[in-house]
Amino acid sequence: MTEMDLLLWARGPGLTIATIIMVGGTLVRLLEIFLMGRKANLAAARGSATAGGLGTMIRRSIPDAGTFKRSTFTIVAGYIFHIGLFIIIFLFIPHILLFKSTLGVSWPGLPSNVVDATTVITIIALVAVLVHRLLDPVLRLLSEFNDYLVWFLTILPLITGWMAFNRIGMTGPSLLAMHILSVELLMVLFPFTKLSHAFTIWIARWYNGAIAGYKGVQS
Amino acid sequence: MKKDQTLGESLREQGVSRRSFLKFCAATASMMALPPSMIPVIAATLEKARRPSVIWLSFQECTGCTESITRSSSATIEDLIFNAISLDYHHTLQAASGDAAEAAREAAMEENHGKYVLVVDGSIPTGNPGYSTIAGISNIDMLKETAAGAAAIVAVGSCAAFGGIPKANPNPTGAVSVSDLITDKPIINVPGCPPIPAVITGVLVQFLTFGLPELDDLGRPAAFYGKSIHDRCYRRPFYDRGQFAETFDDEGAKKGWCLFKLGCKGPTTYNACATTKWNDGTSFPIEAGHPCLGCSEPDFWDAGSFYKALSTPTESLGKAATYAVGAGLLAGAAIGAVNRGRKQAAAKRHQKVTIDDLEKES
Repeated sequence: MTEMDLLLWARGPGLTIATIIMVGGTLVRLLEIFLMGRKANLAAARGSATAGGLGTMIRRSIPDAGTFKRSTFTIVAGYIFHIGLFIIIFLFIPHILLFKSTLGVSWPGLPSNVVDATTVITIIALVAVLVHRLLDPVLRLLSEFNDYLVWFLTILPLITGWMAFNRIGMTGPSLLAMHILSVELLMVLFPFTKLSHAFTIWIARWYNGAIAGYKGVQS
Repeated sequence: MKKDQTLGESLREQGVSRRSFLKFCAATASMMALPPSMIPVIAATLEKARRPSVIWLSFQECTGCTESITRSSSATIEDLIFNAISLDYHHTLQAASGDAAEAAREAAMEENHGKYVLVVDGSIPTGNPGYSTIAGISNIDMLKETAAGAAAIVAVGSCAAFGGIPKANPNPTGAVSVSDLITDKPIINVPGCPPIPAVITGVLVQFLTFGLPELDDLGRPAAFYGKSIHDRCYRRPFYDRGQFAETFDDEGAKKGWCLFKLGCKGPTTYNACATTKWNDGTSFPIEAGHPCLGCSEPDFWDAGSFYKALSTPTESLGKAATYAVGAGLLAGAAIGAVNRGRKQAAAKRHQKVTIDDLEKES
């Protein structure tokens, strides 16, 4: 198998398989949650569950002063790498081409060197959160294999993508193949690891907010 | 031209001045990224080199590679160097035909056994031998027979190097490359559809001067195929800035922006087009406004569409995604139903606990 064969596999069958597993897997996980069902709340409503749910979905993204003071590092580093990931995945022009060719929609991107710089910052932030996880005794105790796995799955496409853009370490077809394969690995494991928080976080927030909203209290 | 003449003698006889000969050596050295101190070495070696016998076999090909090398323009020094090798067989270029042509090949093979250079263009069919024959001899037989006495083989063009267009899906003739059939001889792959004329002559000069060149993992001389088109492209700054032509005639195209969105394969293609260029250094495809097709890479014909960007899938994901949604919904519903059943079964197994139970001394 030449490196070109590998690239063509990654761009063809590899991507198809990864998409099937990610889309199908995500639906399975979501249905699993939704079909569990909840007991009907027989108490009289004191407020709006919908307003509480929607409000919490947004409010939980903004740390309150107390939390921010207690976990400044986690919040700042977490914001940096999440915003970084958003910029890299959705605003790099070759990535937008991928969305356009699969979903049919496109939007303007950022200059590639801005995304390149963002990638470096994001990688640094991810390394910092790992170091923090390893150094903090409580965090270390709470961490399990899954936590380290999702960290690896997240940083790998960033590193391979940065290498591919800056043409470091391998020849062109291999660089691109490694980047695409690392993304496919992420896609395949996405629904079955803590990475699925990208979907479930909104459900959890809605649920918490809706319970509180129904009771007429702040969540 | 006499057979035992050295290259230097032959060039002088043809009126090539020492100055233009050295200029050629300097150009070759710079093409191979060698230091200037190597120019005299190239000159001295070439001067003394006996004109090697070259047998050029053309199999399943379009003659584009031969067209390319003959269009290196008749007056260039490269062309003379090429004349200065003893091209003993080339069925497109030679005057002889029929039995006389085959006799020339056989004579050259016998006279120079173990020393001649075999150049091959075109792929070799492994299906029905009748798909491609020369003088009634199948390509595969002629290749094996001629390769047996060769010092080295130069596979010119993507067909000879990797199978090329004849090998493209569904490969009706069972076409293969030279290296798929010959494994006991040094093979230099000079891919391209066609390869750059100066690169073909450059590889021959490199071979005459230094012997077998350093090859990459696809058998290509690193001196000419060591850098990707993308890394040497004059439009690279536009890629880095994210300025892309969207169509062949928009503002971006007119301003000469990067052709990545139009399917340019520059980032995955290794060749000397961006530096050596074509038509005596005039330009190369990207300079003419067309994305690189990746013609010097294996299976370039099947590597997705020429006009599909490298970051896009080669297969349509729509159908796969639809099946995935269907399968996901079914599996999710099934798992959900099983979970509900387990929940109900667990609820049924609950035992009522009374105050008396709790107060019981165990």
